[in-house]
Amino acid sequence: MSTPLKPLPAWADVALIPLINVTAAFVISGLVVLAIGENPIEAVKILIGGALGDLEGLGYTLFYATSFIFTGLAVAICFHAGLFNIGVDGQAYLGGLGAALVCLYLPLPGYSLVIVAIPAAALFGAAFAAIPGYLQAKRDSHIVITTIMFNYIASALMGYLLVNTLRNPKQMNPETLPFPRGGTVPQLFELLKPLGIVWPDTPLNLSFFLALAAAVFVWVLIWRTRLGYEIRAVGVNPTAAVYGGVSPSRIVIITTLLSGALAGGLAVNVILGSEHRLVLEFTAGFGFVGIAVALMGRAHPVGIVLAAILFGVLYQGGAELAFDMPRISRDMIVVIQGLVVLFAGALEHLFRRPVAALLARRISQPPI
Amino acid sequence: MGWFDSLVIISDSAVRLAVPLILACLAGLWSERSGVVDIGLEGKMLTGAFAAAAVAVFTGSAWLGLLGGVAASIVVSLIHGYASIDQRANQIVSGTAINMVCDGMTALIGNAIWSQGGRTPQLPDSALFASLTLPFVNEIGAIPIIGDLYRNLLSGHDIVTYFAFLCVPLTYWALYSTRFGLRLRAVGENPAAVDTAGISVRALRYSAVIICGVLVGLSGVYLSIAQAAYFQPHMSAGKGFIALAALVFAKWRPWPALATCLLFGFLDAVSIRMQGAVIPGLGEVPVQAIQALPYVLTVVLLAGFIGKAIPPKASGVPYVKER
Amino acid sequence: MTSATGAPPAIELVGVDKSFGPVHANKNVNLRVERGVIHGIVGENGAGKSTLMSILYGFYEADAGQILVNGEPVRIRSSREAISHGIGMVHQHFMLVPPLSVLENVMLGAEGGPLLKAGAKAVRAQLAHLAKVYALEVDPDAIVGELSVGLQQRVEILKALVRGAEILVLDEPTAVLTPSEADQLFDMLRVLKSQNKTIIFITHKLREIMSLTDRVSVMRRGEMVATFETSQTSPPELADAMVGRKVILKIEKAPARPGAVVLEARGLRVKDDRGVTRLEDVSFSLRAGEILGVAGVAGNGQSELLEALAGIRPLASGEIWLNGAVLPAAARDPKAMRRLGVGHVPEDRHRVGLIMPFEACESAMLGFQDEKVYGAGLLFDRGAIIADEAAKMEAYDIRPPAPRLKTANFSGGNQQKIVLAREIERNPAVILVGQPTRGVDIGAIEFIHKRIVALRDAGKAVLLVSVELDEIFALADRILVLCGGRVTGERLPEETNAQDLGLLMAGVEQAA
Repeated sequence: MSTPLKPLPAWADVALIPLINVTAAFVISGLVVLAIGENPIEAVKILIGGALGDLEGLGYTLFYATSFIFTGLAVAICFHAGLFNIGVDGQAYLGGLGAALVCLYLPLPGYSLVIVAIPAAALFGAAFAAIPGYLQAKRDSHIVITTIMFNYIASALMGYLLVNTLRNPKQMNPETLPFPRGGTVPQLFELLKPLGIVWPDTPLNLSFFLALAAAVFVWVLIWRTRLGYEIRAVGVNPTAAVYGGVSPSRIVIITTLLSGALAGGLAVNVILGSEHRLVLEFTAGFGFVGIAVALMGRAHPVGIVLAAILFGVLYQGGAELAFDMPRISRDMIVVIQGLVVLFAGALEHLFRRPVAALLARRISQPPI
Repeated sequence: MGWFDSLVIISDSAVRLAVPLILACLAGLWSERSGVVDIGLEGKMLTGAFAAAAVAVFTGSAWLGLLGGVAASIVVSLIHGYASIDQRANQIVSGTAINMVCDGMTALIGNAIWSQGGRTPQLPDSALFASLTLPFVNEIGAIPIIGDLYRNLLSGHDIVTYFAFLCVPLTYWALYSTRFGLRLRAVGENPAAVDTAGISVRALRYSAVIICGVLVGLSGVYLSIAQAAYFQPHMSAGKGFIALAALVFAKWRPWPALATCLLFGFLDAVSIRMQGAVIPGLGEVPVQAIQALPYVLTVVLLAGFIGKAIPPKASGVPYVKER
Repeated sequence: MTSATGAPPAIELVGVDKSFGPVHANKNVNLRVERGVIHGIVGENGAGKSTLMSILYGFYEADAGQILVNGEPVRIRSSREAISHGIGMVHQHFMLVPPLSVLENVMLGAEGGPLLKAGAKAVRAQLAHLAKVYALEVDPDAIVGELSVGLQQRVEILKALVRGAEILVLDEPTAVLTPSEADQLFDMLRVLKSQNKTIIFITHKLREIMSLTDRVSVMRRGEMVATFETSQTSPPELADAMVGRKVILKIEKAPARPGAVVLEARGLRVKDDRGVTRLEDVSFSLRAGEILGVAGVAGNGQSELLEALAGIRPLASGEIWLNGAVLPAAARDPKAMRRLGVGHVPEDRHRVGLIMPFEACESAMLGFQDEKVYGAGLLFDRGAIIADEAAKMEAYDIRPPAPRLKTANFSGGNQQKIVLAREIERNPAVILVGQPTRGVDIGAIEFIHKRIVALRDAGKAVLLVSVELDEIFALADRILVLCGGRVTGERLPEETNAQDLGLLMAGVEQAA
């Protein structure tokens, strides 16, 4: 028989418990490194050195972080409505299609091309998310299963298009022709060169600022608008939301659309900002990283930006680590990611009882 | 007799491709029928495949490999069970975590041990499950048509394959003819009814989670030491999710699960064989369309356009004793 | 009927006591149930009947006291132990597995071995036997989810009998039944009694007590207040014991000056989420400047009435008229009803009226989030939202006066005031108020009551639903009684008393 949990003080709820959870994930990761026969402290040094030690590392770190901010926000906005969108990867993939179609087929002058391509990425992402959203809202089809299925449908569809329809005829690889210059998001080093600032040649591009803007947008949307209010109401208590005149099915559809649009941001960063052509499987599972980022950032944009940067460090530093310690391959990062999801998500209450007991003892102890 | 031979060959390959799906799908069936949603089949399949190959590499024994694969998969299942049953976690989040950890961990450890990018060394035939020849192949094989089917379709598979097919009637029998099965079906629909009948909800769900671990572990064993002769990172390639789709498509019932897995295996076999094939009047068949078909069919079913797939009522809902 | 034979009682409870935190659900309860009788237990909501039966069935363990079965002291810590002592329970919400067959449901937990085959044969034979002896016929191969509610209940009873129950506890068994199904149930129970089974029958309907039971015990506020031979008591006496001598809360109240009819319900029929009709042919009118009290035991259709009037629940049939015009179905969603000037203080502030994790100021705009006061443009004006709630907190003396505090961190009374302030300050023409003082401290009760009277005096039409008779008497200008989803009577407060209302609430219809 378990006694009900005593509520924890707010600071413990918001900061201490999440911190303990994430720490647990990293401690176990350290044990894994130890088991492999490497020194975890050394590994962390290499990892951080590789990610933040020089401007080049930093550039890559922020480039990865940009992708993770977008996918983290996409997952988080659904969390607020009580939905679990596992399909961010597929939605981002389709977002890439939208961007590529604009860049390859619309005869627009100069950078007006990319100005159209960015919303196209968002639109395609949203459209692909709309179907599972609609099915959840109107036909009660579980969005978790449908979005999983849609990831594979996206993969098959894009595979077909890249191999059969959009492929650069001069290439064997399933990829499109390069986009015109106006169809790219400028990279930071290009912009800084004329100003006389030396920035290494990294794929970090203006999408980073777009991602930060998206984070601000999501924050404003969720906490400062009527729509955000209604999204949160549906997520926390659909019965009360209905009482308050909110239609949950409308909110479910709108939220999945927004989520898909944010997922399109991943395509903006990778396709328009770095690859400059559509390539096979460019999402590289970053949609799933978004789940870890959203859980770790507790679905709050500030937390998401911080968690995205941490995962940026892991992805960039992990590459360095795999080079210096070949026994620790980049798969280590996926393990850490999974452990973060496990401890910050599935087992989030694991440490609650002991912490509550500890705090209760501390507080009830008479002062000496 | 060109088309007949082709059909037998495609069917044979469909059977081989369906085996891991059948095992994983039945695994999911056991878990979800008890009320524990499992989207972590993919991760457990990889775990089973890796552990089986690793043990087989070190011991040279396929049977020990099988034990290793199943044991590792059970451990992962128990983590999911602990999160879902005792911690009352969001089972989707837990399954997602398991998929990630297993995907990364198997590749990581494989790479750390053998330094081949996560791949295990090629296993010798002695450490694999060999194909078995059914009795009287020559005698029955001489009969036209039936003989071909017997020799080329029924005979010549390994023991895991035969076991996978045996698991279907076994599951059916256990679910519908045993006390355990009755209680299991009940606990996935209304745990309170089971509880008030004086039966432990927790024990039932843990048992189901362990059975799930055994079966999905076997699907991994099949991948690495029966179908292939090595483990390679991400080698399950989404089969865990296809099995999940098949489970939905089969509406959580054993015989339809077999049929669905065979259908999905058949589609897979066709898509491999159709690669680049041109059908007169239609042009080249898009292989991807066939590959996407299982997912599309499942979504259509979920949307309720062709019947309705209703999951066990209590699946995904942690049981909290009321008041 | 008494223990003239000298046999020990089937069940005896001695000094049973149970508290849930601050709630004292059972206070030193003593009960003697003789073998072979139908023993009724009546009481209002929250009187402690269900808790007592849950203790008997091993859901909870009592804090103190003793249970004797056939004179032997026993400890019952789980349903399994209750079953082994021959106690069977028919829960108000059936403990059935809808997709399984009758046979499978009956066998569950009593399979008679690891394989079903042998057990199934035995249980099938047993079912056939029970069908013959007790006239309890059900097709053993039917799927339970496809059976009528009455038959499902029969399956619940069969489950208990197959497990060898000698004592059968039925918790509000008629709540879900149609009248003819209820009659069938009573026949069934009489047959069971004739076979020397003991039946404990929990209800709040006195009509059922009178027609079915041999003895009846009355619970009130956690205590067992009286036990009667049914033949030697009367509904008025029982109603009196149930309701007790209540302290009438006096509210300074001028006579009502009712104006024109504002809201009118005509022949409302409403179904719940499971498709069961919860409200049948309910008609009434509500005038400006009056408080119409709706009395009844919880679960008799009041919730559905409020939800239908607030536009949350659709009507199966009937019409709602507002200011002399019928409201088409399309105009009856919650948002539209609010715009038409119908305020709604829901019965359940935790689940419906507030959003507990939200800041108080956010909960305080639920339903009105579109209003310009909270921000004229795209964005909310946080300053205005906080200031608005701060002003209301001051006016309604909500403590602590902290608009940004989480809603869940306020006490029940203060939470209720947040809801009231939100709904009242919109100046609605009609206000629907459900259980306004449930779980609210004394001080807040008085405050809330005064506010409701003030609303009436300001010419508003108030519909007050309450299961507290005191509250109805203190506030209502006119009283409507609901039982089983139907209006069983309408009274003026000065022409009735608690006993009269108690009878109407218990389904005993009578002329005023």
